[in-house]
Amino acid sequence: MHTPVQEKTAAAPQQAHKSVKTDQYQGHDYYLVDDLLEDDHKMARDAVRDWVKSEVSPIIEDYSDRGECPTHLFKGLAEIGAYGPSLPEKYGCGGMDEIAYGIIMQELERGDSGIRSMASVQGSLVMYPIYKFGSEEQRMKYLPKLASGEFIGCFGLTEPDHGSNPGGMVTNIKDDGDHVILNGAKMWITNSPVADIAVVWAKDETGRIRGVIVERDMEGFTTPKINGKLSLRASITGELVFEDVRVPKKNILPNIDGLKGPLMCLSKARYGIAWGAVGAALDCYDSALRYSLQREQFGKPIGGFQLTQKKLAEMITEITKAQLLSWRLGTLANKGNATSAQISMAKRNNVHMALEIAREARQIHGGMGITNEYPIMRHMMNLETVLTYEGTHDIHLLITGMDVTGLNAFK
Amino acid sequence: MKILVCVSKTPETTSKISFTDGGSEFDTNGVNFIMNPYDEWYALVRALELKEKAGGSVTILNVGPAANDAVIRKGLAIGADNAVRINAEPQSALFTAKEIANYAKSEGFDLVMFGKETIDYNGSEVGAMVAELLDMPYISFANHLEIDGNKATISRDIEGGTEVAEVETPFALSASKGLAEQRIPNMRGIMMAKRKPLTVVEPSGAEDLAVTVHFELPEEKSGVTLIEPENMEELVRLLHEEAKVI
Ligand SMILES: Cc1cc2nc3c(=O)[nH]c(=O)nc-3n(C[C@H](O)[C@H](O)[C@H](O)COP(=O)(O)OP(=O)(O)OC[C@H]3O[C@@H](n4cnc5c(N)ncnc54)[C@H](O)[C@@H]3O)c2cc1C
Repeated sequence: MHTPVQEKTAAAPQQAHKSVKTDQYQGHDYYLVDDLLEDDHKMARDAVRDWVKSEVSPIIEDYSDRGECPTHLFKGLAEIGAYGPSLPEKYGCGGMDEIAYGIIMQELERGDSGIRSMASVQGSLVMYPIYKFGSEEQRMKYLPKLASGEFIGCFGLTEPDHGSNPGGMVTNIKDDGDHVILNGAKMWITNSPVADIAVVWAKDETGRIRGVIVERDMEGFTTPKINGKLSLRASITGELVFEDVRVPKKNILPNIDGLKGPLMCLSKARYGIAWGAVGAALDCYDSALRYSLQREQFGKPIGGFQLTQKKLAEMITEITKAQLLSWRLGTLANKGNATSAQISMAKRNNVHMALEIAREARQIHGGMGITNEYPIMRHMMNLETVLTYEGTHDIHLLITGMDVTGLNAFK
Repeated sequence: MKILVCVSKTPETTSKISFTDGGSEFDTNGVNFIMNPYDEWYALVRALELKEKAGGSVTILNVGPAANDAVIRKGLAIGADNAVRINAEPQSALFTAKEIANYAKSEGFDLVMFGKETIDYNGSEVGAMVAELLDMPYISFANHLEIDGNKATISRDIEGGTEVAEVETPFALSASKGLAEQRIPNMRGIMMAKRKPLTVVEPSGAEDLAVTVHFELPEEKSGVTLIEPENMEELVRLLHEEAKVI
């Protein structure tokens, strides 16, 4: 079992220290991918970029330093419409397409992977399953409140002993008249300590995986916080512990059973991560490029040395490839044709690309690169989580391997 | 309250400025255009606040080609009810003002709003001209506006202070910083904007009295020479020989 590490954060809530540095980020679009976007995609991007610059950039280093979640941003994310933007307007959502959703995730992660995680869990892992597998009554009950940020949700799939192999889960439900009795524990759950509801995956008595909506005030349900994270420090992570929790049967998602349910949700979220990682990479590149033109050594800007140019040239090449991969995946997703294996490829490629770029960008910043004067180390540390959650780097490789060979290497 | 907000399109402040056709045309290649911030952040947002408080409607108007529609849609996404585009390439302030006035004269607006200037040409002319053509009182550089019934109280920037004016509707004003705060459009607003009416009106054929002949860029600032603090002699030499100030 996990033993929480005590954190050195002060008990009393502190006033956020606002950075006086202005966020000078500018997008980079080497292959004019913008020409492939609609006006509303670009408007969504500019809106989220403006929001990140005014609400996230000034405070993120401070919250991240202290390992605290800026919970006030849950409401702000709702106000800009970052929760479930591609779900129907009828439920208080945006009614946008998948490319718009991807772009929103990209701009949020440009700010911080933790802030993007707050939004992608709420939208793709909580609202999406309720929309896709829920009854109309469940949709009307939860979706508008989740879209407006009145409710915060979390998604419980991973268990202490079942991470990459969620099908082995032991969390279970037992029939009890018009209720089920839920027992078990989930681990590494984004948003869990602040969540009002949890979409939990558990096995029924026949061993089928079912989705259950667990509400905060149900007896026997607790959400201890996981401390000591050195990555995704501005996002709150916890456990879900169920001890004989009586959940009304009307809280079971009626239209799904089997591992396919959570995997469909993960596909949605991974799709957003494929876009999001490009945002983190762009921020690192943008900072490195600017720094390389300002910082002088040996009498000239370090950007004038071939070795620095090699780093920058390779960065923008990899970013451009990842932008095209995301855009193409977006057009497939808009037609409903993006396969989960295609999404795995983009998630794996783009997150790894972003992590490599963070490391190169860190070098370009020299000693300054290890401080929180620049966003690089924060992105780099965040991306270690992004590389692992929603299917690890290697698991996605095996998915591609299985897809191209037809042979299953998991067993 | 029926409010008209006139909005224009300007290059983003980080754009590289260059000219073609022997310096007579602004080169729009690769330039990212935005809604003029004085129009958007202050005039439009204050108009929306007034509507939210007392009801009515907010129309945005732009004189320009179809390429301006993206900027106009942003105004609708922020919350304007409908938009009008007068389908003409604006040439001079007077031309633009005549086209706006010609459209607005029969629409019965209670309030016509402008930004105090555009951040590209900085003319500060169109608002005053429209007010004159519509025979409306005009208050420029407004940084505060309250309306009660048909009576408005407006503070405006003056050198080193503030002047407070009272005026009755209908009137026109230009907005400066402080009149309202920037609003970021949300995703629902962006989607709703696609369905809001954007009416394209053909120009009335106003006459242009002035033409731009030539633009010139300011002379490039020469670089800064940094001298190590120990090297006083070099500093004295440069001040004497290069800068010729001592
Ligand atoms: C900050 C954070 C937030 C998270 N949020 C959520 C959340 O909201 N909800 C949720 O349900 N989960 C969440 N997770 C859990 C995350 O999805 C898991 O950590 C991830 O699936 C990996 O599981 P694990 O940590 O148990 O690692 P393991 O599965 O134990 O993997 C350890 C290593 O073994 C490798 N490995 C495993 N199986 C194989 C194989 N067959 N072949 C080759 N290599 C293999 C993996 O690639 C990895 O390198 C979160 C995790 C983190 C860190």
